[in-house]
Amino acid sequence: MTFIARRLIAALVTLLAAAVIIFVMLELLPGDPAAVVLGVNATPETLAALRSDFGLDRPILERFFRWLVGFATGDLGTSYTYRIPVAALIAERFAVTLPLAFLSILLAAAIGLPLGLFAAARANSASDTAVMVFAEIGLAVPSFWFAILLVLLFSVTLGWLPSGGFPGWDRGIVPGLKALILPAISLALPQAAVLARIMRGAALEAMAEPWMRTARAKGLSLPETMRRHVFRNALIPVLTILGLQVSFLIAGAIVIENVFSLPGLGRLVFQAIGQHDIIVVKDLVMVFSAMVILVNFLVDVLYGLVDPRLARGRA
Amino acid sequence: MTHGQAAKRLAGILARGALVGAALFSAAAPGFSAQDRGQDTICMSLEPPVLDPTLGAAQAIREVTYGNVFEGLVAIDRAGKIVPKLATSWTVSPDGLVYTFTLRPGAAFHDGAPFTAADVKFTLERALAADSKNAQKWIFQPIAAIETPDAATVKITLKQVAANFLYGLAWGDAVIFSQRSAATNATNPVGTGPYKFDRWTRGDRLSLVASQAWWGGKVAIPRATFRFVNDAQAQVAGIRSGDCDALSNLAAPEAVPDLQADKDLSVVIGKTEGETIVAMNNGKKPFDDVRVRRAISHAIDRNQVNLGAINGAGTPIGSHFSPTQPAYIDLTGRYLYDPAKARALLAEAGYPNGFEAVMKVPPPAYARRSSEIVAAMLAQVGVRVTLEPIEFPQWLDRVFKNRDYDLTIIAHTEPLDIGIYARPDYYFGYKSPAFVDLMAKVDAASDEATRNRLYGDAQRLLADDAVNVFLFVLPKITVTRVGLDGMWPDWPLPANPLAELSWK
Repeated sequence: MTFIARRLIAALVTLLAAAVIIFVMLELLPGDPAAVVLGVNATPETLAALRSDFGLDRPILERFFRWLVGFATGDLGTSYTYRIPVAALIAERFAVTLPLAFLSILLAAAIGLPLGLFAAARANSASDTAVMVFAEIGLAVPSFWFAILLVLLFSVTLGWLPSGGFPGWDRGIVPGLKALILPAISLALPQAAVLARIMRGAALEAMAEPWMRTARAKGLSLPETMRRHVFRNALIPVLTILGLQVSFLIAGAIVIENVFSLPGLGRLVFQAIGQHDIIVVKDLVMVFSAMVILVNFLVDVLYGLVDPRLARGRA
Repeated sequence: MTHGQAAKRLAGILARGALVGAALFSAAAPGFSAQDRGQDTICMSLEPPVLDPTLGAAQAIREVTYGNVFEGLVAIDRAGKIVPKLATSWTVSPDGLVYTFTLRPGAAFHDGAPFTAADVKFTLERALAADSKNAQKWIFQPIAAIETPDAATVKITLKQVAANFLYGLAWGDAVIFSQRSAATNATNPVGTGPYKFDRWTRGDRLSLVASQAWWGGKVAIPRATFRFVNDAQAQVAGIRSGDCDALSNLAAPEAVPDLQADKDLSVVIGKTEGETIVAMNNGKKPFDDVRVRRAISHAIDRNQVNLGAINGAGTPIGSHFSPTQPAYIDLTGRYLYDPAKARALLAEAGYPNGFEAVMKVPPPAYARRSSEIVAAMLAQVGVRVTLEPIEFPQWLDRVFKNRDYDLTIIAHTEPLDIGIYARPDYYFGYKSPAFVDLMAKVDAASDEATRNRLYGDAQRLLADDAVNVFLFVLPKITVTRVGLDGMWPDWPLPANPLAELSWK
């Protein structure tokens, strides 16, 4: 319990530090949101009127505390460009990015973990080499290019899946999933490659442990040993990597959501930066930071579950 | 070139190779997208941030709403001419100060409210108000009084003669609102146009349906969707796969040859009002010397820049004026590409060994690509340019507002905007009483012939003073599926009037 509590406090302190850094960095960025909205012909009075609407004429400390308190209470302010509450904007986009990230992680794990175990079981054989070559290619191919190839095959040539865009979940689960499948594959491929390599390495290490011989001596078959003992013991480094991959997924989503014109968080942050919608950028970076901190917290907790010695050791 | 750049370039080459491969494939495959004649999908690069054109300058708002949801008293047609819309006719008093509009009978807003003179008065007063957020307040500033003698007549009195008043009223910023819906037009636009707002899946698409109550009668296509596809390759994939019936302006000019080869598609390369210039800080050494500016004008081969940056799709210009305008004169011969002459002029100005300068480059592809070519050309005459890529908000702040720059590349997309050279403290740093005087005369000109002649003089003066290097106007590359007719070939202002579209 204390283990979890300590982790939780550490997470909250990290989040507060992130808030200060995010706010200060974005305040330092030159640019006037009102000028971006109104363009090059706007009169000075119009610019001043809009700045005042945005609350940009308030002192910086007041704005920081308003923002922080707002964030804590769920009021994320109003977007300068879209003129709707940022919370609603982010909620809409979460409905795309969260399923996309979840699908990609699922796919990456479903492809990467068995491949890694398989390669480890047949270390140094031809099939091991084949898996590692696949992993090497998966790592080397940029996901945006792989995405374009997928679109050319499945949308342009075969016409099975849409080339981009997102119909919205209210149009049904199937059209939504169809729109997410190519982006999820593009995002998952490099992650699957990483997972396969890590899984192989970790499994080989586990297989070198003395209990492995004991298990085999007890009469367990190799596949059964792999499943029951090696997999679980190799899971710690794999979990660490999976946690790290969540931040990579967010970065990857920015690129992939643009290639597929998906209305997700990645595209939103990209557009918000381009339009100097600073309030949206601040909120999103905070949300991303919170997500990464949350995932790391969960990974810490999971360590404890996978290997109870860790939880007890630190408590 | 860094490792990353090399990888990106290689990926680009491979991707284009794959595109050609896909083109061969799709030519052989039977058409899988059966066209539904009752609707069309137009794909465009940017999404409108809001749907109220009086709340921001974004071009995308106009692309979706102009002539579709909203209408003004007058409009600009595809040829750039001012045509009647909610006003059926108008008269101008001999002194040019009083405009009397006769309003269209039978026009109504989508919420059922009839369109009357009160709406016109409300709209104009709202735009003029002290807290107005209208990005083009200049249109309304000449107004002294608005009278509504009856429900079908509006009389507008100006403070002084403003030759472009009517032209301004045709812009998206002057469309007529109803008092009932003005506050909510950002997300639920209610106008008098042929299409009414249906739904908006933010970040993805927006759909409109034909309004049964439109004064113009029945439109050919009852249902239209705008999809927002930012990535250039995704646009190409979208039009090929049939997800898009038209691209209002293709973002990848280099894909034109591939698309032209597709017999299911038609590609039209038109013009916009986007004068693309290499702006020079006239208020700063060494650009305050006209000989230096002329040298730089001679050192840049605008045809090569056009070819290299946007695949030759742009239309070369020699002054700050678009060939879409009737008053345009061709001054592209004023500074022919002549590096030797450029070096001589630089030597004469006291820079025999050239000088160093920084070029701040905003994100659009045309700017980034042009900057590389221009820098290489300037290096040939001894001007060593350092390129500094910056984001657009920072460009607005540092270059446009604070004039903290030597050189920059930007397209000025506002229609008929030569008047910016007469503004005090504009970022060019150009100060010419002669030009200010010319613009005052343009404003006071009573007839079109005089005005066009004066616009000609103004174009010549800017070219003589070599204020900036005038490269080309940005293209509008319209790609449509064969069978869909009526997309505007040019953009005298950004618009996609859906009522003009039909399936063959």
